This record gives sequence, C-alpha cells and structure tokens, in this order.
Amino acid sequence: MSKKNLKYLIKRKDNLYEVVIGLEVHAQVLSESKLFSTSATKFGAEPNTQVSLVDAAFPGMLPVINEFCVKQAIKTGIGLNAKINKRSVFDRKNYFYADLPQGYQISQFKDPIVGEGKVILDMPDGQKEVGIERLHLEQDAGKSIHDIDPQSTFVDLNRSGVALMEIVSKPDLRSPDEVSAYIKKLRSIMRYLGTCDGNMQEGSLRADVNISVRVKGSKEFGTRCEIKNVNSIKFMQMAIEYEANRQVDLIEEGKSIDQETRLFDTKKNETRSMRSKEDAHDYRYFPDPDLLPLEVSDEFISELKNNIPELPDDKKKRFIDEFKLSPYEATILVSDIDTAMYFEEVVAKMGKNKDIKLAVNWITGELFAVLNNKNLEISQSPVSAKNLAVLVNLIKNGTISGKIAKTVFELMLDGDKDPQKIVEEKGLKQQSDPKAIETLIDKIINDNREKAIEYKQGKEKLFGFFVGQAMKASGGKANPQLINEILKKKLQ
Amino acid sequence: MNNIISQSLTDLIKNIKDKKISSEEVTKSFIQRAEKSKKLNCYITEDFENAINKAKKFDKKPNYDSKLPGIPVAVKDLFCTRGLKTTAGSKILSNFVPTYESTVTQNMWSEGAIPLGKLNCDEFAMGSSNETSFFGNVQSPIDKNLVPGGSSGGSASAVAGQLSPITIGTDTGGSIRQPASFTGIVGLKPTYGSCSRYGIVAFASSLDQAGPMAQNVKDCALLQEVISTYDPKDSTSIDFKRSHYSEELTNNIKGKKIGIPKEYRVDDMPKEIEDLWQKGIQYVKDCGAETIDISLPHTSYALPAYYIVAPAEASSNLARYDGVKYGFRVKGENLIDMYEKTRSEGFGAEVQRRIMIGTYVLSSGYYDAYYLKAQKVRKLIKNDFDEVYKKVDAILTPSTPSSAFKIGEKTNDPVSMYLNDIFTVPVNLAGLPAISIPAGHDSKGYPLGLQIIGKAFDEQNILNIAFAMEEKINFKNKIADWWIK
Repeated sequence: MSKKNLKYLIKRKDNLYEVVIGLEVHAQVLSESKLFSTSATKFGAEPNTQVSLVDAAFPGMLPVINEFCVKQAIKTGIGLNAKINKRSVFDRKNYFYADLPQGYQISQFKDPIVGEGKVILDMPDGQKEVGIERLHLEQDAGKSIHDIDPQSTFVDLNRSGVALMEIVSKPDLRSPDEVSAYIKKLRSIMRYLGTCDGNMQEGSLRADVNISVRVKGSKEFGTRCEIKNVNSIKFMQMAIEYEANRQVDLIEEGKSIDQETRLFDTKKNETRSMRSKEDAHDYRYFPDPDLLPLEVSDEFISELKNNIPELPDDKKKRFIDEFKLSPYEATILVSDIDTAMYFEEVVAKMGKNKDIKLAVNWITGELFAVLNNKNLEISQSPVSAKNLAVLVNLIKNGTISGKIAKTVFELMLDGDKDPQKIVEEKGLKQQSDPKAIETLIDKIINDNREKAIEYKQGKEKLFGFFVGQAMKASGGKANPQLINEILKKKLQ
Repeated sequence: MNNIISQSLTDLIKNIKDKKISSEEVTKSFIQRAEKSKKLNCYITEDFENAINKAKKFDKKPNYDSKLPGIPVAVKDLFCTRGLKTTAGSKILSNFVPTYESTVTQNMWSEGAIPLGKLNCDEFAMGSSNETSFFGNVQSPIDKNLVPGGSSGGSASAVAGQLSPITIGTDTGGSIRQPASFTGIVGLKPTYGSCSRYGIVAFASSLDQAGPMAQNVKDCALLQEVISTYDPKDSTSIDFKRSHYSEELTNNIKGKKIGIPKEYRVDDMPKEIEDLWQKGIQYVKDCGAETIDISLPHTSYALPAYYIVAPAEASSNLARYDGVKYGFRVKGENLIDMYEKTRSEGFGAEVQRRIMIGTYVLSSGYYDAYYLKAQKVRKLIKNDFDEVYKKVDAILTPSTPSSAFKIGEKTNDPVSMYLNDIFTVPVNLAGLPAISIPAGHDSKGYPLGLQIIGKAFDEQNILNIAFAMEEKINFKNKIADWWIK
C-alpha cells in the first residue's frame, strides 16, 4: 500500500481538501477525592451523595488543592513527554449555570501545570507525531437532568469539583483514523500511568473537536468550528466526517465558514450550531485569589519521574528486542496495559523452553476472539494467563497438537480449567509412538491403493487426503509431524 | 457588681476567674444592655436564650484556663455560625443557616467565649457607613443619626455602646479600622494570612481579613491571640510563629523608628486631623521612639486600584448567590429569568454597583487596562512599603480623613464614600497589619483615630506601639446613652 492512498482527503470536482483537526480531551483524574475537596468521586453513586460544602459552594467555603491530583497531572505530563511547569496558576472561569455552584470553574488559563509535549501514533503507513500544546487541571461541573420532571431541572453535584485534565493537542491530526489512534494512545498512556481509567461510557474521557478544512497544499488554516463534548471515538469520527464535508460544501458553494461552537447529534449524525463567535461567553478569567500559585520543586518532579512505569512506546520496543515480536504484534500487545500484563504473565509462566510466537498467536487469535464474542475485557478473561501458558507449553512440547489445543481451549473457558487435566481426563494426549502410527498408515495405504498409485504418479494433492485419513483414524490425536514423515516415507 | 458592661475584657476575665462574677451575670448584663439598645440596630440575629444557657453551663463547669472564660461575644454577621442565621447583611442570605462554623469564631468558642448573636454590617461588607445593610442602618452610640462607619458598623457600635465586651469584624479596605476610629474603639486588621478566612462570607478574597475590635489595646491583643491560628482549610492561611500578643505586650517602644508618610497629608484634610496626627507624633516621641519622614509614592493610586481589585473579586465571589442552592430565590420563567429576578431583588444597590464594576473590569478587552494594571499598582504599593520598612519599624497615619458623618450624608455620592477608605486601603493591598486606636475628638466631640501600620507578621510591634500611645493619650469615649430614654 502506498502512503498516498492512506491520506484522508475530500474530493469535490477538481479540488482536494485536507482536514485539520485539534482535540481538547477532558480526562478525569483517577483519584479517590475531588480536586479541591475531600468528597468521593465514585461513578454511579446516588445523586448528591458525594457533595461537600465546598463542592456546593456554600458561603465562606474555600478550595484546598488535592496534592494527589497534582501528582497525577504531572505524571501524565511526563507520559506525554511534556514540559512540567514548576509554577502554575489556578484561574476562575466565570459563567452562570445551574450545575456550576460557584458561578465559576476553577481551571488553569495562562499558566498550565504541563506545557508542550508529544505523542507518537502507530498508523498503518508508519509513525506519526502529534504535538501536545498543554495539559491543565480543572474542576468538572455538576450534571443538569432535564428529563425527570417536565417543569423543573434537577441537579446532581456528585461530579461537581471532580478533577479533570484538559489535554490540548496541536492541530496536527488529519483524519478520523488519526483521531481514533490519538485518543486510543492517550488512553493507553494514562491507563499505564494509572492517571485516568479512560472509560468513555462513564464520561471519564471526552473531547471537544476542532475542525477546519483547506485545499490540499495550502499553508493557511481554514476557519475552524468546535464540536463540543463528544464522548466516543465512533461519534468523533462520525462528527468529523460530517463536519469536514459540511465545511467543504460551504467553500465549494462560495460561502464562508462561521467560527462557532457546534453540537454533534448522534441520532441524526449531523453537527448543529450551538453558539456563534459573537455569542461566545466572556469567561472573565482571573487568578483565583483563594489559591496561591502552585509551585512544585525539581525534587517533587524527579521523584515522580523515577516512579513512572514502563510506557507503551518503551514496552513495544522491549517486546520487539527481547521477544523478537514484529512491530505489528508488539503494537497490538502494548496498546492496552491489561493485555500487555496478560502477555507478560503468560511469558513468565511458560518457563524456560517457551514459544513466544505461539503464545502471541493464541492471545491475539483464540483469546481475543472469545473476548470479542463475549464482550469482555482481558482483565475479565475466562482463561487465566497461567493456564494459557500451560496450554501453549503442551503444544510446544508435543503433548497435544494445535488442533486438539483448540478443543482443550474450548473446555478451558468453563471455569478456567487446567488444560493439563483436561488432556488427561479426556485422553487427548497426542499419539507420538512411530510404530503405532506406522501400523495405522500401512492400513490406510492398503485400503486406498489406487489413490496411492495416483499419488506416486504425480498427483501430489492427494498427500493431504492421506494425512486427513490418518488423523481421522487416530481420533485427531496422532502427532501430525510424525504422520507427515511416515507418510512421505511410505508413499515414496 | 453593677458596672459589668463598662468593664474591659481583661477586667471581666479577672473577675470571672476570681469568682467575683459569674458568666451568667456577665452574659445577662450585656443582654439587658442590648434589649435597651434596639435603637442602635446593632443586632441582625440575637441568640440570647442560648447564650444564657451556655453561660449557666459554663458556670456549672467552668474552665478558667481558657482564654475567654465565659465571656459573651457578639460577632459580625459575616462569620458563618453553625445553626445560627448568617446573612452578610443581605436579603439574598436572609434565610441562610449554616451547618458549619467559621474557624475564627470556633477559636473563640473553643476558648470559652459565649455567642450572643450576629451583628449588623454593610451588605457583603461593601460600605463605609453600615447604610447598605438589608437590615437597616446602624446608629452610632456617639451621637444620634451618626454613622458608626462600616462595614463592621454593628460591631463598632456594639463595643462602643457596651453591648458586647469585644467583637470581631472583617477588614477588606478598612472595615475594622474606620468604624473603630468613628466610634472611639480599638480595631486591628491583622496581616493577610494571619486569621483563617474559612467560613467567612467572602467579599474580596485577596484582601479580606478578620480581626479583633475592643475597648483597649490589651483586650485587642488577647482577642487576636485567640482568633489567629494557622488553618489548612484556607490555602492563603500562613503558618508563621504567632506570638502571645497579650502576654508579650509592652509599652517599652524606646528606639523604635516610626515613619511619617508625607503622602497621607491629602487635599481638603481637616485641620483637626492634621493636628491629631501631630499630637500622635509627639506621643510616640514622648515614649522614646524616633519619627522619620518617609515617602510612599504610590499611595494616591491605592484607592482606584482597590476599587478595581475588590469589585473584580467580589463579582466572582458573589456569583454563587444565584437562588439555585440556598438563600433567597424569586421564581422565574426559566433559569436566566430566575437568576435575574433573584439577584435583582436579593442584592442591594451598592452590591449591584460593585458586581457591575467588577464584571466590567474583568471583561475581555478591559482586563489588561483595569484589572491587570490595578494588580501592577498593587505590587508598586507593596514595594513602597517594603522599601520604607528597611528604615522604619512602623508607620503612623490618621485612620480616616475625617470624623464620622451623618446618616444619609454620603449615600448619594459613592465616590465621596469611597474616599473615606483612603488611608486604610493601601494596607489591605499590601497585606500588612494595622491598628486604629482612638486618639482624640474633633470639635463636635466625635472620636478620631490614629493608625499604626506594621511589617507583615509584626502585629506584636504595632500592638506595643498602640499600647504605649494609649497610655499617653488617655482617651475617654463620650457615650451619653442618647438612645436610652
């Protein structure tokens, strides 16, 4: 596949358009308590049961920074290869809304805690670097619920004050696929670090998508629109498709694009104007006088740096070097921390005489298929890494054939059974006695003399027929390698 | 003992410890006085029954080791008090009962003080005359129809009028010192970060500071000792070594260098204020201190900077009073309508004016010209002080450019009202401690105060200077109980 074919471009008559995308990802900090209060942050709690006086903005209540959240943000910054700012400032972003109790959100405006960084994406046509503009800490708002009562809006403040990291990318993304890869990479890094669980269904990860289009080759950026609060990769891709085409159509019609904030309607699969630039809020940012500038020392940062776990890019490199995996295999295995951990456990449990390639095939083949079918995460795998290692070893040392292994695997799914036991109980051990196989083959050749002659005369395709017959006769247990060897000898 | 209410805090404590009087007697005396003093309109919320019960409880099981044993105290209604209505002088909080206690008041109750109730103040502490309170203006015990100053007007009148032996106020631009000066009492604005802001209804967070108000310097020092604690619940609270202000109080200020800033000699300042200042200079010299002429060149920019920074912060701090969660609400057609009606009816004119100024100066396109510039001015003012403090230990100025004015005299002229804060706001902008002590009377017999400004965290030093001066001045407040027939 040539690189050119992978480019995402929109064609209209003679014009080719390029799409320019930047993301503002809101990632919920994995933390027991909120950014400026000690309330819990558990998802799915009864409404308004995780709300302190600070979260509800009672008179005289003051924010106190949660040091753990600061550490989480810095760790994420390190994971994004970014500059950590030793001095950052919390600002107030002022606006009125029923689920914003203070009447302002505490955020970081001019001086974020993390500056420029980068992430590497593995695309089918090679690696792509995406620049990170900044990462800042801010509070989440509460939730307005409009559909309980026809007359009133209900407000749940459980989320109010929960720590978010807003990660702003540079406008470096050029296609829905790159956006998907970028989000997955961010999520992967944060899950490795334990700084965000990346759960999009629960709203732990959501994004505002900035999109503009321009004629391919043009250096100038087009006018951008911001699509607010998209909470799944699929919807992001759909929104980008729609929005990019809408903008291209406007240009083709000779119309101009208004800089505005838009919403993605997931039911109609279209974006709609939410507010224009003129109606944009004036947030009246100013430094929060209740909080001093946040200052962190070099020691504080290096302490965190020293405790950063191996991240996906490094792990991938090590998998390739140490286990001789292909870059493709390594990418698949490291993309999710739980998969990587599972794989490494399998490798460890296989002992000395191990076949890592075989293990990789089993994980990415049979196991992934099962997980997919059952809609399970690898952390919920019905087959433990230990037992999968045993199974792979049984294949490797010739106890069972690959084919029998599939039968064994099916049986293992029910309660993570020990494959060794299954093999013993069901008598599935591979027949590796050459004498017994020879007898068996002699009989088959005898029963199919004509075919044997045809084979010897050159109809080589028939070899498979004899293998099949031999396998069948052994109940699938004969060592396929031995069958091959003996058959070849006998049919000479 | 029939002169309970005129006793100083120090005397009351001594008499309670010596078992000459009970907490119940003391508490009842101040309550009786309050009952007779309704005309002053000092109280927004009285808690007299509970106070008597608490006093009885104290007497049954007295703890004489506490610093305020069984002493009844009323506090400014800007401090949140658990189970007791806290209004900030505003309609919008007129029904608000906190479930929590401010750190500063908790410190007092923990030292044995007994809460009498909540004292009137300007709405959200925005005012210099206590005329912006939703609960009506406060009368000064000095004279009929005279303002007690503000915003801690109810507090000043309560102490001067002997309704409470001591009290606490808050000072954002002079709200302790100016009313102290107008009513002939002592008021200390501590260093920013000395007293916790936790549980105090916020006006301007970077300037607000709670402080003691008392009849004399020693009482003031003792109360400061009680209320000033490091508090992790306030991120701007500072963990410095606090001295035992009352125990270490001394009138020995020999050799202290006192700065006299020429910029505090403003146009149209009455001669009596200038004379008072000169008298003050003489007093400190008599005490063995040395006075040095100094310059604080950016002083004239302090007031405009203050009236940008304070409203800016206030506009944001007051956004939470929106009718959604607590407090006063007017129903509306929709959310915006509800906001508009609630806030239009819930806030008074002065508060609305400051919210609008604050919103304006923070708006995009104006932020740099106003807010940012004001912050730069603030830095320059702080630098001025830092510079002179290389040469002097404290600074002596008048507390206010005039004595108390009549109720209604300045209500239609906000700028002339703001000008009242001209000598007090630079201190807040620089985060420094300052004390106002009564130093004389004007021709009408109204009290006049002098202000001593100290270095950051150097409360002990300005208390000592004030203590020494107090002896020389020998001020007697002229209270003729005009409101009691």
